[in-house]
Amino acid sequence: MEHFISLFVRSIFVDNMIFAFFLGMCSYLAVSKTVKTSFGLGVAVTFVLLITVPVDYILQTKVLAPGALADGVDLTFLAFILFIAVIAGIVQLVEMIVERFSPSLYAALGIFLPLIAVNCAIMGASLFMQQRINMDPASTQYIGGIGDCIAYALGSGIGWTLAIVGLAAIREKMAYSDVPKPLQGLGITFITVGLMAMAFMCFSGLKI
Amino acid sequence: MSLFSKENGEVFKGPLNLNNPVAVQVLGICSALAVTSQLKPAIVMGLSVTVITAFANVIISLLRKTIPNRIRIIVQLVVVAALVTIVSNILKAFVYDVSVQLSVYVGLIITNCILMGRLEAFAMQNGPWESFLDGIGNGLGYAFVLVAVGLVREILGFGTILDFPIIPDAAYMENGGLYINNGMMTMPAMALILVACFIWVHRAVNKDIK
Repeated sequence: MEHFISLFVRSIFVDNMIFAFFLGMCSYLAVSKTVKTSFGLGVAVTFVLLITVPVDYILQTKVLAPGALADGVDLTFLAFILFIAVIAGIVQLVEMIVERFSPSLYAALGIFLPLIAVNCAIMGASLFMQQRINMDPASTQYIGGIGDCIAYALGSGIGWTLAIVGLAAIREKMAYSDVPKPLQGLGITFITVGLMAMAFMCFSGLKI
Repeated sequence: MSLFSKENGEVFKGPLNLNNPVAVQVLGICSALAVTSQLKPAIVMGLSVTVITAFANVIISLLRKTIPNRIRIIVQLVVVAALVTIVSNILKAFVYDVSVQLSVYVGLIITNCILMGRLEAFAMQNGPWESFLDGIGNGLGYAFVLVAVGLVREILGFGTILDFPIIPDAAYMENGGLYINNGMMTMPAMALILVACFIWVHRAVNKDIK
């Protein structure tokens, strides 16, 4: 239980997808203009993470790992292709389910839903999960079961949502500021994210 | 049309400056920030992305008339994933230490927006040779930003270039000098601010970019 909470909290604040690993940066910069849409995207990313990380975990341990399928068979080199296929498939599936059961949410998310397939945060979470399986079980980053996967995916998704909603709120306020011309738009957004990342560095000593 | 006509020259040169993938098209930011704490991984990453973009562009451009429109994203992803697997294994075989340093970011080339962006916007409409030039141009434009940021961060953060020390030992504080390395530069936050400065200078020089 303690490990769950520690993994969850650390993946929100310390191993934050945006501020520590820069994952999902493209949609992070493109969509963070208003708080409302960025919150919707954050929820969608969290949702997709919650499904893909456990599914990829099962694939990794039951099919890909050395000796998992049959003795002496090591399929780890197929990981990239398999993971991206799972992600693309699940995003398609989620899109269909949301369209069928909640047309209003579907309309609100619009183009962002299919684009989640190529969001590096999703692929990155699966690849980090693959790395963390082989870590020392005493480490706070160790992932050793489906429960750990869910805690990690939920934490990463919430961390991503927190980051994008925070940036969107700052950008909404910044619309009225007098920024030097060449720095307007992209440049000042980068500096804002940099300052936010510095603030998040304070959490790096966090221990639970 | 000849292989080195003027239009093809433009296709190749555009992404190096006025249409730079990182500074202007805002593609491939994630890895541009994450691998630039030193020069060597930045160079390796830039070259890998260049090679993968070029060949993925050629393959998709050859297949563009046979791919059904509805499933094109999956086809593109599989082609890219196969190429990335090859490159990742080559890196593991020949430059193992850099491949460990790059860790998951090699795999993340699959979801690098430069690849998907160029495949969708260019390779689906153009022939193999133009697509190849476009891939090389965009890859090098990306590599240029990586190398520039990596160079600044390595000099200021570690006092070295490609692990070769350029600040004399005697200048350091612990040896009685006045200089210390700027630890901030090795942190992720400074990568963002350096890229912002890069964009600032780039836009101040090329005033017509929006």
